[in-house]
Formats: sequence, C-alpha cells, structure tokens
Amino acid sequence: MKKILLLILITLFTFSGFSQNFPAQPSTLVNDYTGTLSPEQINHLEQKLVAFDDSTSIQVTVVLIKSLDGYEVNDYAYQLGRAWGVGGKEKNTGVVLLASLGDRKITIQTGYGMEGALPDAITKRIIENEIKPNFKQERYFEGLNAATNAIIAYTKGEYKNDKPIKGKGRGFPVGLVILIIIVIIILGVSKGGGGNGGRSVIGGRGAADLVWWSMLAGMGRGGNSGWGGGSSGGFGGGGGGFGGGSFGGGGSSGSW
Amino acid sequence: MKKLLYGFLAVVIATSLSSCGYNSSVKLDEKVKAQWGEVENQYQRRADLIPNLVNTVKGVSNFEKETLTQVIEARAKATSVQVDPTKLTPETIQKFQASQGQLSQALGRLMVVSEQYPQLKANQNFLELQAQLEGTENRITVARRDFNQAVQEYNTNIRTFPNNIFAGMFGFTAKGSFAAEAGAEKAPEVKF
Repeated sequence: MKKILLLILITLFTFSGFSQNFPAQPSTLVNDYTGTLSPEQINHLEQKLVAFDDSTSIQVTVVLIKSLDGYEVNDYAYQLGRAWGVGGKEKNTGVVLLASLGDRKITIQTGYGMEGALPDAITKRIIENEIKPNFKQERYFEGLNAATNAIIAYTKGEYKNDKPIKGKGRGFPVGLVILIIIVIIILGVSKGGGGNGGRSVIGGRGAADLVWWSMLAGMGRGGNSGWGGGSSGGFGGGGGGFGGGSFGGGGSSGSW
Repeated sequence: MKKLLYGFLAVVIATSLSSCGYNSSVKLDEKVKAQWGEVENQYQRRADLIPNLVNTVKGVSNFEKETLTQVIEARAKATSVQVDPTKLTPETIQKFQASQGQLSQALGRLMVVSEQYPQLKANQNFLELQAQLEGTENRITVARRDFNQAVQEYNTNIRTFPNNIFAGMFGFTAKGSFAAEAGAEKAPEVKF
C-alpha cells in the first residue's frame, strides 16, 4: 500500500516537474540565466525597460537562457510569456525578447496587444539589423541594447497616454471645438432665420446659449479629469511584476 | 401552496442542472467556440496575405507559373471550406485541416522555389511578406493548440461521470480537434 502511494507521489512529481520547464516568474524584466551580462549591463537594460513600462505600460522582457530543451524558440518564448504573464492583463502589451545562447536562436514574441505596434515585419527587421550582426561577434549586450532601443522607438507612437494620469487639458480642446461648432451653427441658423427687426433679440439668445454651452463643456471637462485620475501609475500587477498578459505567437525568430 | 411547490421545483431543477454539469458544459462549449474563432481568424489572416504575396512574386520575370497557380487554387479551395462553429465535429475539423494543409504545402513549395530567385531575396516587400507569413504560421500553431486544449477540456467534461449521463440529453456531443502534424502538413519552412 505504501509503495503504491509512493509510486503515485513520484509520478505526480515527475509530471509537475515536466510541465514546469520554465524558470519561475521573476520580479525583474531583464533575466540572464547564462551569466553572460555583467551586473551593470543588466542594470542598464533593466532601468531603461522599467522606465519604458512606467510611461507606456508596455512590458519588454529580455531573457537569456542556455538551452531550449528541444523546443522551437518561438514556442518556448510565447509559452514563457504566458506563464510569466508579461504585459498588462487587459491590453496584453508584453514583448518577450528571448535568446538561447546554446542553440544560437533568438526570437521576439509580441503579446496580443502589441501586434499592431510591433508587426512581424518590424520584429524581423530588428532581429536582422540589431541582433544578428552583434550576436555573431558575441556582443550580446550591444545587440540586446540596440534591439530594445529599436522596440522602444517603434512602439513609442502607440499607447502613449495609457497608464500615466490623463492630462487635465486633454478633454478640453474637444469640448472647445464642439462648443465653437455649436455656436457657429446657432449663429448661422439665427442669421439665416432672423429678419431685420429680430436681430438684437436673437443675438441676446445666442449669448445666453454660449454661456449655457460653456457650462456644459465645463461639466464634461470635470468628468474627464476625474475619470483619468482613477488609473494612475504603477505596474500591471501592482506588486512590481508582470501583469498577466497573453501571447498568440506573433513576432519573429531567427538564428545567428 | 401550488406556487410554493413550483418554486421549490424550480430551485431543485436549477441546482441539479448545475450539479450535473450543464453550466460547466455550456461554459466550455463557449470557450471552444471562441477558440475556434481564433483559429479561423488566423487562417483567414494567412489567406489575406496570399494575394499580396502572389502579386509580389509575379513581378519577378519568369517565375514558375505552376507553383503560383497551385497556391492560388489551394487558397480558393481552403477559403471555400467554412465550418459552422456549432458543428465542430471530428469530420468537419478534418476536412478543414485537409484543405488548409494543401494550402500550407503549396505555400511551402512557393517559398522553396523563391529561394532560387535572388531578385526576391533583395525585395523588401517580399521579405516583409515572408516575415508576416512566418508569424502567421506561428499564430496558427498557437491558435490550434489552444483550440485543441479547449476541446480536450470540453470532451473530458462531457465524458466524465455524472455529466456523461446528461450530456447527450442536452445535446453536448464530443468535438473534433486538430490531428498532430504529419510530415506533409507541416507549416512551410521560411528560412533565411
């Protein structure tokens, strides 16, 4: 009886060991499991990526591993991205830049939400232009640094106002434009419809309308800023880690 | 009194329905459908890339016409096979997979043939399409895997006791999943 129990336990453990091929979820964005990068280099990349995450809520993680254990590099990376939950949970704005030094394979996997900002053609280009020339000469830090710079440069246009507190002035121009349009319409209608005698009366009504609409616009403005204030800062997970983003196989890979 | 009895009956039915796995079956069924949508989506994405690819390749003088027509025909065939998400039986999945597999093969051939044309390798447009195609193939793989997982969960659910007794009654039948890749069905290798 005891033997059977032991057997079951062993099989259970081997199975759980089998399914957990990935390193445990780290608390940093740059993870070198090969000991290739120096602490300063890691720090440099980490600070850059954390700052980028803070300002855009796009999480770019850099992972260096020794071996893929027979996995395809893109398979490994997207499953790692899912297991760690790179990127915010709602927008899935995560990017996994993974290199296996033993296999000489590199991949950039984009989360579901990043496929528009970082299309496959771009990730391919980054691998070809930034990664490969450097990695061929074993300049791993230079390659990763250039690649992360390129990712940041390409994605900066999107999601810019995502996480930071929305500026108070942001809702204002829209309200103003609407107000101006409405005033123009009102003035236009009143001019068109009004006869000679009624002009001053209509003009007065127009002024009242203007006050009315600006009040409305002001109310709208107040609502906007309140709404923006709710979503302030921090990491997706809150505890300074990954946010639970998911991946669908987008991105490219290559070998050097 | 009668009303009370009916109310009681309703409660009993509701709880027994949830205990016999009706709710979980519905949930898993919906999940399978959603994943199927993703699979179709990604295959559609691939189909959408092909006209561009064909046009780019056509621009190269004396490109093998046969490979091109094969791709065009396979695409037409593959897009004509539509699957009703409420009828994801093993047969329909198999049919879908076969037609898409033919397209994969034709595309694979196209990629191999294109290796012989240096003009294409220098063509930025072609290179980008190649990258997109590669990414799409990966997405298809992922979507299919997720779909298979959802189907497995669903099938396991309706076949385990006590759900198996009620599953047939409520019309939950086993769903089909994608078969493992045989050599021929492998995604085209896009190498540089």
